[in-house]
Amino acid sequence: MTRIDAKFAELRKAGRKAFVTYVMAGDPDYERSLEVVRGLPGAGVDIIELGLPFTDPMADGGTIQLAGQRALEAGQTLARTLELAHAFREQDDTTPIVLMGYYNPIYSRGVERFLAEAKEAGIDGLIVVDLPPEEDDELCIPAQKAGLNFIRLATPTTDDKRLPKVLTNTSGFVYYVSITGITGSAAAEAGDVGPEVARIKAATDLPVIVGFGIRTPEAAERIASVADGAVVGSAIVDRIGKGEPTEKVLEFVAGLAEGAHRG
Amino acid sequence: MPEDIINSFMNGPDEKGRFGDFGGRFVSETLMPLILELEEQYEHAKTDQSFWDEMNDLWTNYVGRPSPLYYAERLTKHLGGAKIYLKRDELNHTGAHKINNVLGQIILARRMGKTRIIAETGAGQHGVATATVCAKFGLKCVVYMGAHDVERQAPNVFRMKLLGAEVVPVTSGRGTLKDAMNDALRDWVTNVRDTFYCIGTVAGPHPYPAMVRDFQAIIGKEAREQMMAAEGRLPDTLIAAIGGGSNAMGLFYPFLDDKDVRIIGVEAGGKGVNAKMEHCASLTGGRPGVLHGNRTYLLQDDDGQILEGYSISAGLDYPGIGPEHSWLHDTKRAEYVAITDVEALKAFQLCCELEGIIPALEPSHALAHVMKIAPELPADHLICMNLCGRGDKDIFTVAKALDVNMGPSD
Ligand SMILES: Cc1ncc(COP(=O)(O)O)c(C=O)c1O
Repeated sequence: MTRIDAKFAELRKAGRKAFVTYVMAGDPDYERSLEVVRGLPGAGVDIIELGLPFTDPMADGGTIQLAGQRALEAGQTLARTLELAHAFREQDDTTPIVLMGYYNPIYSRGVERFLAEAKEAGIDGLIVVDLPPEEDDELCIPAQKAGLNFIRLATPTTDDKRLPKVLTNTSGFVYYVSITGITGSAAAEAGDVGPEVARIKAATDLPVIVGFGIRTPEAAERIASVADGAVVGSAIVDRIGKGEPTEKVLEFVAGLAEGAHRG
Repeated sequence: MPEDIINSFMNGPDEKGRFGDFGGRFVSETLMPLILELEEQYEHAKTDQSFWDEMNDLWTNYVGRPSPLYYAERLTKHLGGAKIYLKRDELNHTGAHKINNVLGQIILARRMGKTRIIAETGAGQHGVATATVCAKFGLKCVVYMGAHDVERQAPNVFRMKLLGAEVVPVTSGRGTLKDAMNDALRDWVTNVRDTFYCIGTVAGPHPYPAMVRDFQAIIGKEAREQMMAAEGRLPDTLIAAIGGGSNAMGLFYPFLDDKDVRIIGVEAGGKGVNAKMEHCASLTGGRPGVLHGNRTYLLQDDDGQILEGYSISAGLDYPGIGPEHSWLHDTKRAEYVAITDVEALKAFQLCCELEGIIPALEPSHALAHVMKIAPELPADHLICMNLCGRGDKDIFTVAKALDVNMGPSD
């Protein structure tokens, strides 16, 4: 049982939806980013997605592209990202951390070495955007063996024929990308998302979390009400990018958390 | 058909889209169903005679194929060694080899019922070819081009606009080909229903590297027949320039199982293949990684972050290389070398002066390598070089490099 599984068991017992946030590790620099991440659980965040910066984030919109550039310019690397997770873990041993990014920095580090280091740093799961089920031998299977969850994205183009393939070897939760598009795009309507979540839930016992395009407490509430939880990324990263002080960012996060938890 | 099926170099890729360890399908889930559909449709079209009939008709009547195989007599005399033949793909409609592949992909897109075509472009040649074929078939065309390239390839930008395409300048990253490809992929993820992504080189996720190679292989097939007709035997050495590697794969592929044919790919050495990475020589100066849907040699730092290459030639300015080249490199079936900006510029000028052909800067890199090796080779050694593009688009860049002011005169 990973911290992710434990968290969902706890939420289920409390009858609450999960509120998940994405921030880029090292944005705008290591210290500020650690400060924000450390404040997330107190603001009501149930699961932290920690972005691993990459020069060529082909599934991300402008907001997260720029966050990655700021982080890289400030000297963020894969090693520093694991260090950040480790520093967070020293003060919080229950909030799950999911590392989210692209394969090349991990491949460059070496899969075995990376998995050992990630585990050591207190990472609980991985979302690697450019590793579909067709490439499961690369990282998914080794990660599961190492005791890390491998969380897969399902999308509107994942039809019923393909869905079982996407769900096999997925663990922790399923991340439903509610739109065809990149991060930071316009949101989907809860009315459209509901049936899609139901379709996925009919095929798996895993929790289904919905993300992409959620920017307000109201949207978080609407989406969470038809799923097991909601993810917010770009709307928070935008504020970090504008240089808002950490308390203000966390205040905004707390509002989103309340919305999601009402859902 | 290769004689020795088991040891053939022409069997790739495997069912996972791999050439050895290279290639694959490293894309997001949203795109995965699309590339599987594309693969299915391409596999079907490949064995459908009516598909190839349509291609052949357009290759002949629209593109002007076959392109000549031309004996460069004065160049040969000047260098005083090997006999040099140029495969004249710069004579194609739109001025480069790019249209060979575009025709194939657009015919496929039409069969798949797609109405909107997107493309990335570096030098603008692939963008122009795509805009051209879209105009011919009345399809909507959007071309992503790095902002830096929009500037240095201005004539091609205007050409695309005349042809009715929308040109989107890409400002992310350093604004070159790699960034244009990222934005094209972002467009595709967003517009999955009606859009076909027409990739301009032998890169991207499977099936693109194999499909683009198959469309470009017309270059090598023709060169083979033409050399047999001219000399009664195969060439001894093939030489082609490499950005992503499509003109090179097109020339090389039909010769891969002819073990006596030496194959040389020429990468852009920029200011020199050094620690500062002011070049685009992925095989000479990079290491394996994953980018744009495939595993291949890449210019990257210790952390796996992709580096921006540098070359005077916009068409070679790409930090990766098609996965099949990575495999041919590792298996040693082909050799890969690097040529600097300065060497390419010299070759560019020599070709103008001796042969009356203004070559593009990309094949000027190949020509510079011909200039290096031809003098040491015997007179009966046959070199076939792919002159894959004409240089009209490059005259401003060359003028600048040679310190010539091309401002308006009276
Ligand atoms: C004339 C010419 N040659 C070569 C290239 C590089 O592409 P490839 O290596 O795929 O042939 C380009 C790309 O724009 C080009 O315009």
